[in-house]
Amino acid sequence: MNPRITAAIAARVLTQLRRDHRTLAIMLVLPCLLISLLWWMFDDLPGNSFDRVGPALLAMFPFIVMFLVTSVTTLRERSGGTLERLLAMPMGKLDFLFGYAIAFGLVAAVQSALAVGISVGLLDLTIVGPVWLLTVVAVADAVLGSALGLFVSAFARTEFQAVQFMPAIVIPQILLCGLFVPRPALPGLLEAISDVLPLSYAVDAMQHLTRSTSTGEVWGDLAVVAAYAVAGLALGAGTLRRRSQ
Amino acid sequence: MMKNAAENAVEVAGLTVVRGRREVLHGLDFTIPVGQVTGLLGPSGCGKSTLMRVLVGVQAGVTGTVTVFGEAAGAKSLRHRIGYVTQDPSVYDDLSITENLAFFARVLGLDRAEATRCIEAVDLVDHADDVVAQLSGGQRSRASLAVALLGNPSLLVLDEPTVGLDPVLREDLWNKFHELAAAGVAVLVSSHVMDEAERCDRLLLMRDGVFLADGTPTEIKQQAGAPDIEHAFLSIVRGAA
Repeated sequence: MNPRITAAIAARVLTQLRRDHRTLAIMLVLPCLLISLLWWMFDDLPGNSFDRVGPALLAMFPFIVMFLVTSVTTLRERSGGTLERLLAMPMGKLDFLFGYAIAFGLVAAVQSALAVGISVGLLDLTIVGPVWLLTVVAVADAVLGSALGLFVSAFARTEFQAVQFMPAIVIPQILLCGLFVPRPALPGLLEAISDVLPLSYAVDAMQHLTRSTSTGEVWGDLAVVAAYAVAGLALGAGTLRRRSQ
Repeated sequence: MMKNAAENAVEVAGLTVVRGRREVLHGLDFTIPVGQVTGLLGPSGCGKSTLMRVLVGVQAGVTGTVTVFGEAAGAKSLRHRIGYVTQDPSVYDDLSITENLAFFARVLGLDRAEATRCIEAVDLVDHADDVVAQLSGGQRSRASLAVALLGNPSLLVLDEPTVGLDPVLREDLWNKFHELAAAGVAVLVSSHVMDEAERCDRLLLMRDGVFLADGTPTEIKQQAGAPDIEHAFLSIVRGAA
């Protein structure tokens, strides 16, 4: 791995995003709009339901968006010949992976800062714990999404297929993360499955931060999400073959 | 047949490539000398791109000896010395030419001046700030070629770099290839257009994963008793059948 090459790749990915105004708007503005919509849905209901579901959504956005964006962009690199060209150059596989992770991690940080800012500032989401930690969880989540997106892009031939992986990999995690049914109340087998899905830990961390000032558990959850992200990057590295058919 | 190793950029013996369950290159022996433009000619699907991928070190399923500047193809130390242009222009559509070149230059550890030099070399200065997606096919493939020129590689592997170009531009590019060869670069150019054969110093005529002929255009025409390479190709194929 070479810091110069990693930085070059991260900078390039960011330049490409800057060029693509539509994608940038979707990445940054859409989460804010959706979280506002959610707030509005619960506005007339008694109690503070938004406080219960809001944090889960803050964990999901970076994961979903980065998963989609990374799987499509890396698929483009694979099919467009630019990956082959880079692999014929003195670029390490980790340079490529970390370059993407850094770029999308940065975008995720901005995205979460906006979504968290709106949720806490405008929509009165109660966060008892440190707000900055919420953003850290979101970034870890985004890197996780990037890592998984990178991995699945190896199994897609077209962008159309890559997008189809989203429901397969992301929706089960959304269903089982504790948003619809609290995880302890799930049937035993499903609870066990939700225990091995990384998004569950991200949502746990977010929900914990809304209720408590203690951060010990959050760091534990964060470690699990980070471990999954590293495992995803390792799997992704396995799919980047210098020599291919 | 043995030549001095210093004269040859590439030396290949018994090269066989299997893709999936199909053998696509069947035991090739050849060399590519420095200081010449070697043309790899044959119909599409005959194995030209596979052969080029072998030299660059990105092809799987390779048996036989393939050495580039005395080292096994794909060796890490070679990655700075080979410029490679894939068949589809492998540059980023959503970046400008300058941004593309600056990026690849940084990956190679080169400065911006080198990026500018290569943009000039392919005559794209007027379009340097245009986003690649807005360029014509020919301009794109020249942008891709510019990337391959970064850092003055000693071996250039160019997969159909002149396809679809306007004749004037094609002429310019061939002149460029000869200029580079004169400066000591080994240039390997593939094409499926037989009339480009005459522009090469040496030819490898290929069909179905084997070489039909290996020599200068004049030699090949004389041996086949044909007026041009297209007819030479035909008479060799029919003679073998």
